[in-house]
Amino acid sequence: MKQLKVDAINNGTVIDHIPSGKALAVADILNLSGSNEVMIGINLNSKKVGKKDLIKIENRELSQEEVNSIALIAPSVTLTIIKDFEVIRKAKAEIPESIEGLILCPNPKCITNSEKIKTKFKVTDEKPLQVRCHYCEKKYKIDEVKIRI
Amino acid sequence: MKNLISMRDLSKEEILYFMEIAEKIEKGDLNPNMDKKLAALLFFEPSTRTHFSFATAMKKIGGQTITMRGTSSSSVKKGETFADTLQTIAQYAEIIIMRSPTEGAARYASEVVDVPVVNAGDGANQHPTQALLDLYSIIKTQGTLENLTIGVAGDLKFGRTVHSLVQAMSDFNPKFKFISPSFLKMPAYIKDDLNEKNIEFEELSEIDEKINELDILYVTRIQKERFADPEDYEKVKGSYILEKSMLKDVKKNFKVMHPLPRVGEISTDVDNTEFAYYFPQAKNGVYMRQAIIAILLGGVK
Ligand SMILES: [Zn+2]
Repeated sequence: MKQLKVDAINNGTVIDHIPSGKALAVADILNLSGSNEVMIGINLNSKKVGKKDLIKIENRELSQEEVNSIALIAPSVTLTIIKDFEVIRKAKAEIPESIEGLILCPNPKCITNSEKIKTKFKVTDEKPLQVRCHYCEKKYKIDEVKIRI
Repeated sequence: MKNLISMRDLSKEEILYFMEIAEKIEKGDLNPNMDKKLAALLFFEPSTRTHFSFATAMKKIGGQTITMRGTSSSSVKKGETFADTLQTIAQYAEIIIMRSPTEGAARYASEVVDVPVVNAGDGANQHPTQALLDLYSIIKTQGTLENLTIGVAGDLKFGRTVHSLVQAMSDFNPKFKFISPSFLKMPAYIKDDLNEKNIEFEELSEIDEKINELDILYVTRIQKERFADPEDYEKVKGSYILEKSMLKDVKKNFKVMHPLPRVGEISTDVDNTEFAYYFPQAKNGVYMRQAIIAILLGGVK
């Protein structure tokens, strides 16, 4: 596959350095099935990291909160916000202190699985990333939980 | 403080404040008057002892109680959401005391209603009033919560009470001896927490192994149903039964605690020794619950 060019975008956001194979999951978290034009590159060659994924979204500027939600599965991503072919902002994903509505609690006895409640998790450790459910207080590694899509 | 949901929410100072108020109530130095106040006891899972203890506590400070029993799904059957059930009850009562098999139910309740909520046990998660009454029993018998050596015996894997106790004591520089069959050991996440806080612990398989080093021995029930093979239960149960003959050389301040009910893990010949403390412990539960309710209702100035 030929290298996609970042400058090919007019207005929007480029999400770069997504770990190879995670682009579709990132697209799910960001709910990219709307009407914006989206280009997804998978297994692109990168001088820095070997293989990477990349997403370009036309005409949508991601909020820092949205960016941070990506950090749960792809902490290494970098964001470039482009307006009229010019880079107006670069951002890095930061792991948020608390995560609302994004994670499903794996504990079957947790109230969030029997009542319609927005889930709430606190980040307790960063390496490896671990979160604690605000309701049942169980602690999970990030790869033990389901990210809500 | 508005609610009592989890020991995780309490600072060391707040824990000690509960101890202080319970002591004042016990000594008669403080007489909260909860006249005209009503506590709604919502028990979505049977627990006669805990219910009885709360009802006694509320009545002893002059308040009244109403009780709603059932499963958490019983109102759902009628099509009412849990949130609506709670909001309705909050119109009648000044405080809600709730027991539920659903983990996080009390936390959720506290976010739905304006009146104070006390967690009287939510599944395998928290039982903070039990933890506080255990701490009150420890401070009463030892004069302090600091630097104690505490043995915890029985089902350490599933025992919510022992998890809360270990967690609650962690602020007070304890040493722990965990005594259990190999497949009912303390879960890794609790041991990880202890390691992080540099708290010393050791795992043993006989109840009297290091009994002479202990200030407190907290015994809990081992349920036969936990064993896949009933014969295994018969084989190991003897290792976790405390008998009077084991108490010959224990420390003078040594006390045996148990959340009750017991089913044979403390032999009855221990009862009339100076070391038995499980019945006074139950009584301490009433003082502690009086203190909790009075504090949350603003009756302690
Ligand atoms: Zn949960």
